[in-house]
Amino acid sequence: MYPSPTVSALVNEFFVPVRVHVKQKDDFARLSARFNAQWTPTTLIVDASGVERHRIEGFLPRDDFAAQLLLGRAHAARAGGTFDEAERRYQLVIEQYPLAEGAAEAQYWEGVSRYKRTNDAHALIETSQAFERRYQDSTWAKKASVWRQKEAS
Amino acid sequence: MADAINWQTNLDSALNDARRDGKLVLLDFSAAPM
Repeated sequence: MYPSPTVSALVNEFFVPVRVHVKQKDDFARLSARFNAQWTPTTLIVDASGVERHRIEGFLPRDDFAAQLLLGRAHAARAGGTFDEAERRYQLVIEQYPLAEGAAEAQYWEGVSRYKRTNDAHALIETSQAFERRYQDSTWAKKASVWRQKEAS
Repeated sequence: MADAINWQTNLDSALNDARRDGKLVLLDFSAAPM
């Protein structure tokens, strides 16, 4: 239902919202099969060509859900190859929702987007260093650890 | 105060609107009481 004004504002600004309710039997069956939506609530971020770019399964509190919406926007930009825009959008997640579920993931993909934009591996090293300062215990820190510069022996 | 969300019910129409407006579609599968 999205009662939060914060979430409503995000939805209205960046998305065209479509609701498929379980009581709309034919539409629900068709679209849930098409997008493999097996649980409710499931919220998909779909680009204009109909391709899913992000998925939110189950309930989330307001800030975590808002962060996921912004994360999905960033993923869509990265998938479209606009890496500078993706970087900005990932940064926005971290700035606005630093404690939310998606913030560590945003930090990871921000670094990847910067690397894809610049072709400079230092972007990945810097990202692994960023995880030493913040979100150290996250799965994304583990993923980024492979980029850690090996110390000279 | 934020405006209420204007939920659409047709995905194809929403995709057209998304292309026109440079937006993404938010597709929400729900079982919440209406």
